[in-house]
Amino acid sequence: MSLLEIKNITKSFGDTQVLRGIGFNMEKGEVIAVIGSSGSGKTTLLRCINFLEQPDGGTITVNGREIYSAEKKKLYSDAEIRTNRLNFGLVFQSFNLFPQYNVLKNITLAPELMRLKGVSSGAEKKKIRRQISNEALSLLQTVGLSEKAQSYPCELSGGQQQRVAIARALAMNPEILCFDEPTSALDPELTGEVLRAIKSLKTQGRTMIVVTHEMDFARNVADRIIYMADGVIEETGTPEQVFSAPRSEKTRAFLSKPAL
Amino acid sequence: MFQTVIIALNEGFLKTFEIFCVTLLGALPLGLIIAFGSMSRWRPLKWFVKTLVWVVRGTPLMLQLLIIFYGPGKIFGYNIWGTGDWGRNAAVFTAFILNYACYFSEIYRGGIESIPRGQYEAGQVLGMTKPQIFFRVVLMQVVKRITAPMSNEVITLVKDTSLARIILVYEIIWAGQDFIKSSGVIWPLFFTGVYYLLFNGLLTVLFGYIEKKLNYYRG
Ligand SMILES: Nc1ncnc2c1ncn2[C@@H]1O[C@H](COP(=O)(O)OP(=O)(O)O)[C@@H](O)[C@H]1O
Ligand SMILES: [Mg+2]
Repeated sequence: MSLLEIKNITKSFGDTQVLRGIGFNMEKGEVIAVIGSSGSGKTTLLRCINFLEQPDGGTITVNGREIYSAEKKKLYSDAEIRTNRLNFGLVFQSFNLFPQYNVLKNITLAPELMRLKGVSSGAEKKKIRRQISNEALSLLQTVGLSEKAQSYPCELSGGQQQRVAIARALAMNPEILCFDEPTSALDPELTGEVLRAIKSLKTQGRTMIVVTHEMDFARNVADRIIYMADGVIEETGTPEQVFSAPRSEKTRAFLSKPAL
Repeated sequence: MFQTVIIALNEGFLKTFEIFCVTLLGALPLGLIIAFGSMSRWRPLKWFVKTLVWVVRGTPLMLQLLIIFYGPGKIFGYNIWGTGDWGRNAAVFTAFILNYACYFSEIYRGGIESIPRGQYEAGQVLGMTKPQIFFRVVLMQVVKRITAPMSNEVITLVKDTSLARIILVYEIIWAGQDFIKSSGVIWPLFFTGVYYLLFNGLLTVLFGYIEKKLNYYRG
């Protein structure tokens, strides 16, 4: 049984169909890189998986349990959607850190809101807070930012902000972590540190979907490549297959273009 | 003489201060509710609220005071405000709170709508509820963005309190003006300006302090 099964996801905005039947499976610990030209629907796919958009068709199944079916689109309560989306984490192109909180608080805010709910004893609360804070500090260590715990986002470089955003997403312990072009908003000299952080997560066995324009990264880090064009998966396979021997004419054309 | 004047002006200023405080206490939260109404996705509510804000902001506060105080008696033949001072005060509070809540609501709305969608979405994907996102993520950022326009409105409110005299509420300008008739001197009226200046000076310092406090981050 696959960790994630996506079946036949469709999504339209008004008259334009942006996703035209996307389906793939994903195993635990697998890293998938999604590539494709701008406008092909990569962001929309991640937004659907994270329930920021509701797909018009298709199903999403995690660990054998169907958590979304477009037929029941109207029936899901806010609380159900919230619970289900916790299977996933999303790192945005534009970081979206909370500017008024320091780095540590950015990471601990959501876990605290969730895990302190219904806890009334002060001692118990304190214990949970301490635990969350320790987890956050060790996540900061993972992304190499231990010494920045007390800094505010505005005091950090883009690459540092993005690494904090990664730690923040990890703090909710998602099964699958999604990245939407995590380095596209960064100066070229800062992309390396973020890509290295993602790569180190792979060695820890994290399951990840990374939308990226960094072809070297996709080739070297991903277990599988999904090439999207016009709202469908045009080609998928190992980096070896897709980069060295693309079957589709479109893939070949895309890969032969100079990097965007 | 000076002492008599000061005592009278103090009494008037106390009322001015009372109108100021009660208005803020009522209008700050009510403004937020009106702001939510004006952003509602339910069209009838949205248009009702928008019309209300348009009417309230589009007509003089003085006219609103008169209508709210005299209107019920003249139109429905029943004076809900009674005859005593209590009723006049209640009418003043009602008019001021309604008027200022509408102005505040537009400032709030501008502030809320200026927060990027990514902030909400970041909260959403972290599993936060809508109220959590509003109160823990958005609100502080809104407060920072609206301090300057709010300080303008609040200082205007201090001066607007003088309109209360139109329905015979004894505030500081009336207290000062009384001396023209009773003692034939005009300086007490001019002297009320000192009260306004001092009070607004205090508020300016206070708002400056808040802005500085919120300056620990950018964004
Ligand atoms: N909220 C939206 N409303 C209307 N059109 C949208 C919306 N989001 C995305 N689109 C359209 O969907 C298409 C795919 O967008 P997107 O998923 O962002 O592609 P990619 O991330 O691959 O560049 C684009 O043509 C875009 O204009
Ligand atoms: Mg995109």
